[in-house]
Amino acid sequence: MFVALRDIRFAKGRFALMGAVVTLITTLVVFLYGLTGGLASAASSSIAQLPAKDVVFGAPQGAAPEVSFSNSGVSPQQEQAFADAPGIGRVESFGVAMSRLTGDSGATSVSVFGAPADLLPPVVSGAAPQAGQVAVGQKVADDSKLHVGAEVSVGGRTLTVSAITADRSYAHAPSVWTTSATWAEVTGARQPNALAVDPGSADLAALDKAQNTETVSRDAALAGIDGYAAEQGSLQMIQGFLFAVSALVVGAFFTVWTVQRKADIAVLKAVGASSGYLIRDALAQAVAMLAAGALTGALIGFAGGAVLGGSGMPFTLGAATVAVPVVVMVLLGLAGAALAVRRITSVDPLTALGANR
Amino acid sequence: MSLLLSEVVLTYPDGDRRLTALDGVSLEVAPGEFTAVVGPSGSGKSSLLAVAATLLTPDSGRVLIGGQDAAALNDKQRTALRRDRIGIVFQQSNLLASLTAVEQLQAVAHLRGEKPRAVASRAESLLASVGLTDGKQHRRPHQLSGGERQRVNIARALFAEPSVLLVDEPTSALDHERGEQIVGLLARITREHGTATVMVTHDKAQLTAADRVLEMVDGRLAEAVAA
Repeated sequence: MFVALRDIRFAKGRFALMGAVVTLITTLVVFLYGLTGGLASAASSSIAQLPAKDVVFGAPQGAAPEVSFSNSGVSPQQEQAFADAPGIGRVESFGVAMSRLTGDSGATSVSVFGAPADLLPPVVSGAAPQAGQVAVGQKVADDSKLHVGAEVSVGGRTLTVSAITADRSYAHAPSVWTTSATWAEVTGARQPNALAVDPGSADLAALDKAQNTETVSRDAALAGIDGYAAEQGSLQMIQGFLFAVSALVVGAFFTVWTVQRKADIAVLKAVGASSGYLIRDALAQAVAMLAAGALTGALIGFAGGAVLGGSGMPFTLGAATVAVPVVVMVLLGLAGAALAVRRITSVDPLTALGANR
Repeated sequence: MSLLLSEVVLTYPDGDRRLTALDGVSLEVAPGEFTAVVGPSGSGKSSLLAVAATLLTPDSGRVLIGGQDAAALNDKQRTALRRDRIGIVFQQSNLLASLTAVEQLQAVAHLRGEKPRAVASRAESLLASVGLTDGKQHRRPHQLSGGERQRVNIARALFAEPSVLLVDEPTSALDHERGEQIVGLLARITREHGTATVMVTHDKAQLTAADRVLEMVDGRLAEAVAA
């Protein structure tokens, strides 16, 4: 890295400009990562944190089952068949529907879950709901000034708040939890949407075939939330494009830089530098520039994310939010640089002899 | 013998035929001997230097550097041979713009696997011995005069303590007085360092310092004339 570092010092304007581009792209990717995570959480945390390994989707007789909470319905017979399957672990049915919760201080859109107490998020205060009761998340309780024992209207029916739970949400609406029977009354639904299953040693494929159901992992079940896949796909596509743009920009920079350095490279080769030495030197230069740019971008992204997260925007700030963009930026940028500096091998040291510079 | 070229033939493609750049050239240069090769443009001087530097492989003939036959080496070994045994003084100084004078020499040491910091004082001493003092060792090429750049060029070529020193038109960018100083310096370091030095030049006014003068005409080394 002897020559590489001195080149950076000497051409600091050019490297600062390129580093700034890397910083900006990294900052943008960190924001997008945080936003993607935040939106994913807002759209799916009720499902993503269900205490079950798999989710079973059903379908009306004659129709093919599909991974969709909106279109899925599980009959009592299907639930019983899963519960009776040899080797099966836990089987719990649950339903979800969008509704409106109205308290003394106003109304808010909520996702209403009808589920047994086992599927509830951790209870902060109070007790799991019984018939005619509802458990609300901390944020709903704070925003609507609710407490255990308060009365709220959900779907036109008055329910008593039995518990404050950890925050969960579904389809960007905070979740509230009640019993399956109360849920059916509140939403008018005739059957639960899905089963939360711990499969144990049961043959789920055979069960699916026999019961006309589709069992998927809890993570795969997130695709059954309306709009979730499209939303996440769009954001991930933007991230992918940003990474690709970054690799191209870095590759283009090092292509131009290598062309500009051809005379120097020829001299170094003439005095005994191997192509391997020169490529290592050039890649070290790329790593230094990429690491500095990406880390600066990550710091800015982290600070900006903390501000955004505090302002109520759905933004998840964690180690992965920062580390993944930095690592991917450095690796893809390095790949772009590697393609560019390959041309070092084709520089003829003979051009250093007798050539006017 | 530090440098030995024997019956070297080098041709280049030129349309449908081949152009002969070196036509049976033989040359022996002993350690501490300063040989000048003169000739007009296109006579084959640069080709001679390129072959001696192992940058070109001749069609036939032998090139021995310190007794080592360049033809028997692969690319990697030839690169190592240039790094360890051959010093090249380029026509233009060909210094790296980003490095100070000392760093130009340290870079050569780094190629050899030496730690740049460990050779810094030796680099400064060598630069001082070629006349670069008063803090000029820490200047970059654009902060030095043409003559000073050429001194750094020479010091860089010497830093790996080569047995063969190949010098390409060292005075072409200098005025007569500075050119004379540079050639005098080359003659001195050839004796002090015991290098087998070959200098190609078209400037016949700079030949008095050479031990031997050869003339290249149409790819052939002509009879030596008195220096």
